[in-house]
Amino acid sequence: MPIALDATQLQCFDTGPVSLSVTGGQCLAVAGRSGSGKSILLRMIADLVPHSGECRLDGVPASAIPAPLWRSQVRYAASEPGWWAPTIGEHFRDPAALADRAAQLGLPKDAISAPPERLSTGERQRFAFLRAIEERPKVLLLDEPSSALDLEATLALEGMVRALMADGLAVILVSHDADQITRLADSILTIGDAA
Amino acid sequence: MNGLTFTTLELILASGLVLTAAGLSLLLSLGIQRQLLIASLRMAVQLLLVGLVLRFLFESANPWLTVALIVAMLTAASYEVGARQKMRVRGGWHFALSGIAISASTILIAAFALSTLAGTEDWTAPRIIVPITGIILGTAMNATSIALNALLGGISVERNAIEGQLALGRTRGEALRPMLRKAIHAGTIPVINQMAGAGIITLPGIMSGQILAGQDPMVAAQSQIFLMFMLAGAAIASIVIAVWLALFRLTDDRHRLRLDRLKPGS
Repeated sequence: MPIALDATQLQCFDTGPVSLSVTGGQCLAVAGRSGSGKSILLRMIADLVPHSGECRLDGVPASAIPAPLWRSQVRYAASEPGWWAPTIGEHFRDPAALADRAAQLGLPKDAISAPPERLSTGERQRFAFLRAIEERPKVLLLDEPSSALDLEATLALEGMVRALMADGLAVILVSHDADQITRLADSILTIGDAA
Repeated sequence: MNGLTFTTLELILASGLVLTAAGLSLLLSLGIQRQLLIASLRMAVQLLLVGLVLRFLFESANPWLTVALIVAMLTAASYEVGARQKMRVRGGWHFALSGIAISASTILIAAFALSTLAGTEDWTAPRIIVPITGIILGTAMNATSIALNALLGGISVERNAIEGQLALGRTRGEALRPMLRKAIHAGTIPVINQMAGAGIITLPGIMSGQILAGQDPMVAAQSQIFLMFMLAGAAIASIVIAVWLALFRLTDDRHRLRLDRLKPGS
């Protein structure tokens, strides 16, 4: 049975209340104007910001699961990913297994041993995506995953997302790319004032 | 002991150096003459006043007055640490962080230092308690100030890196460990430098003071070694308490980074 994420009445700052649900194998796109709280919504679902309302994964509330474990299963990939180790590879639990996936996204093999600041924004964005999916989360919260990518790289990334969805991953996508939403999303949730 | 003393005339002569420096500043348009004169005047008034207070305290030998003075010193030091931060923790926590850290470490280490003197000195005398507490407090204050500044500034700058780790399922301790290490390292640099350079680059204050006061240099050296160990202990204890408290205040039990509890200093 596919996993199911349900969020009820999520609210913080000026965002919400928002309720949504997504199941494994599906992609829910969140639309809305810039500043309407799309990123905050993803951060609420990942429990990275204090909020009211509740998220449940297969019926189990987030509050009943230790936060690090919740975020291992419900993973947020930020639009501006952070880097903390000297090389890209050191941000991964298993750098040795990274080369194949990096190649699928058109990333050069030697970039794995490079410092993050040496790479282009687009390269860092793709490595951040690979980092987010490395431990096979159940739900992936993608915040503008291809804002710095050309069409070819974007389609490669979307292909990987689709393959993971076929394996049961649930995706919530925030994107300003209407074509990407059309290609990936099974349903669309508009928050704030309609665009 | 034939201690070295200075007369009022000698103090006035010494102040001539500062007046000369202020004159040069005026002549060369350096613009530091006002601050230099105010700081010099303030220093002289403060030290003379504290001399009067200590003389009164030592003569009265009232333990409650000693306690009151130490509480005032701890309060002032806590305020100083808080006031020097570029980033501030919102609400009373800002001063509580430094206050708890420097008070706990100073009281703990001063009690340890005084207890080791119990066999040889009247360790309850204000002339022993107040200077030892003051030296330990000064070191704890500087170390804590530097460490907290590094930590609070670093956390706000490295927000994406910290949240990136939290988003991957790391605990707040794991995500903030590099920041905590940097802050502890920054805070301990002065006391480590002080120990490394003691006797070679500088003659430390206590040793210099005791030699000037007529003490045998070997006895003065032993006093300085003892105090250096106390100062290192106080600095590290205060820093660890401060950064630990800051870690818990700037995160919550859901392992979230709470930058909403941080604001730029005024």
